[in-house]
Amino acid sequence: MDDQKKMILEYVIAEYLEEDDDQEIDCDTELISGGIVDSFSMVSLKRFLEKKYSIQIPDADASPEAFDSVNKISDLVDRFKNA
Amino acid sequence: MPVSYEERLQGFDWSMAEEALGYKSGDPINIGWYCSDRICDMGLAQKPALIWENSKGAERTYTFDEIRILSDNIAAHLQSQGVQAGDRVCIFMDRHAELYISFLAVLKLGAVVQPLFSAFGEESLYTRLENAETNAVLTEMKHVRKVRRIRERLPNLKNIFVIDGAEKPLKELEQPLTMNALPAAPDFKCAETGPETPSVLHYTSGTTGQPKGAQHVHYSIVSQSITAKWVLDLQDDDVYWCNADPGWVTGTSYGIIGPWSNGITQAVLDAGFNTDNWYRFIAKHKISVWYSAPTAIRLLMRDGADLVKQHDLSCLRHLCSVGEPLNAEAVIWSEEAYGMPFHDTFWQTETGCMVVTNWPGMKVKPGSMGKPFPGITAGIIDPETGEEITEPGKVGIIALRPGWPSQIRGYRNNEAGWNKKFLNGWYLCGDQGSIDQDGYYWFSGRDDDVINTGGHLVGPFEIESALLEHEAVAESAAVATPDKVNMEVVKAFVVLKSGFEPSDDLDLAIMNFIRKKLSPLAMPQHIEFIDQLPKTRSGKIVRRILRAQEFGEDLGDVSTLMNDDD
Repeated sequence: MDDQKKMILEYVIAEYLEEDDDQEIDCDTELISGGIVDSFSMVSLKRFLEKKYSIQIPDADASPEAFDSVNKISDLVDRFKNA
Repeated sequence: MPVSYEERLQGFDWSMAEEALGYKSGDPINIGWYCSDRICDMGLAQKPALIWENSKGAERTYTFDEIRILSDNIAAHLQSQGVQAGDRVCIFMDRHAELYISFLAVLKLGAVVQPLFSAFGEESLYTRLENAETNAVLTEMKHVRKVRRIRERLPNLKNIFVIDGAEKPLKELEQPLTMNALPAAPDFKCAETGPETPSVLHYTSGTTGQPKGAQHVHYSIVSQSITAKWVLDLQDDDVYWCNADPGWVTGTSYGIIGPWSNGITQAVLDAGFNTDNWYRFIAKHKISVWYSAPTAIRLLMRDGADLVKQHDLSCLRHLCSVGEPLNAEAVIWSEEAYGMPFHDTFWQTETGCMVVTNWPGMKVKPGSMGKPFPGITAGIIDPETGEEITEPGKVGIIALRPGWPSQIRGYRNNEAGWNKKFLNGWYLCGDQGSIDQDGYYWFSGRDDDVINTGGHLVGPFEIESALLEHEAVAESAAVATPDKVNMEVVKAFVVLKSGFEPSDDLDLAIMNFIRKKLSPLAMPQHIEFIDQLPKTRSGKIVRRILRAQEFGEDLGDVSTLMNDDD
């Protein structure tokens, strides 16, 4: 796992799971459709990514599908880092 | 073809709705019994009541006989553990089958069921459990930690039942409740509750104060059942899907009581939003009637009509929407994408049932909420005089004459708050609107500072109170700001304490603080750091100025503002 994915995964675990939640999640775990991150909370996750990676993700690209796993989020970040 | 609106209006009386339900005045009336035992008595015991599926692919179907037996078993078990008639029992879990079946069980026991949205953080949960003086909570391991953190502040809480708690490390007051492993209770007797016996306690937000407990009674089923049948146009062979979570009133009035009291099969998807998955779910279970919400419809629109074509959605027959006004573009798009329009419906926690609706078969005017349901006397009222406005197109407050079966009987421990909702014999809905020359109602906006985000009402006071608990916040104002998907989202204007500087880090920290403490709905999606808030000379924050700025509206009278003449 690369550093970026590790960072995003750690953030999701720290912010969106309860402290002693024993749910195991990895980079393929469905976050939105799996009910771990809801569409409202997605906004704070987007804000974190924009701040952390100094990027701007347009609202049109911040769809529930694009945020549905750490792998997909990392791909999205790459798109805008390289834009 | 459904019976026309005009025909239904002729001579309508709520006694017709009682008759349709088989209820006779003076008899006991229990929602739990009407949604399970009665349907079995009608010869539908083996008909599927609940088709349940979750995000991990698990699936289970329950017949009406199974939900009858399981709800009896749960009720008997709760009773054996000391839960009594009249107790408040909170259900705090995701959309598991246990949520739906326990809802009936608590009612059959004669207790008051208090469903709460499982995404609530501990402070939102505490406020509502404290006000309700809740005696028992049914929850799951995923959410029990939030209950643990506030348990000691809740002296009335005696029992915490954990549906997946078997063989898990549980703490004080907690015990497992494994629905399918409970002892059979063939001798359980459903409580003979009366029409005015409290049934469901939902919480709703207002401009001032903490959320209010809206107390429903068992007689509410009379209007919930008939509106479900006529407005959702439920037919015997339908498979129905209501997107709403039972933590909110739509999820109980029309996600449990409406369909089941009519013996209708309903499907539940315990998963987050995903357009492709939603269409797959509709096609797989042959959903014919779909009750959704504008926010969801706008997200579906964003993913386009091409995705619709990749699924066989020919099973769909009738579509309805609730939560916030359905914009005309969404109605037009649904006609193009699904071959039929979404029919907007208007109602609220306090009304308990739909009150203004787009009737099946009636001409839909995109953007209009439709016409009053038979038996509902609605009007547009001048907020100053309380007089009815009869001029077409003139905006006033949408109001209703009290007296329909499912109107709540008051706010729990807040008689003054409930009394304020009435003017000149009208119940004021808190929404502004108008009526056109054809009798259609049109929404204009809220008449107060409540924020309608994604179809959920969020009170500014609750957010501002929580913001004050953040170490950096000196004072704040929470208002609505426009949003393309959710209609409105929360924006917080924040004055920082000395020693704190605005930054992206602080912005994100405050967002997450509110999300965890209250809920994702209450989380400000925008934060603006300002030096001072607009206030009256008496020091009251004037949210309307900030809200007007957000919506690009006229600021109105600013002559009493303290900041201007200081």
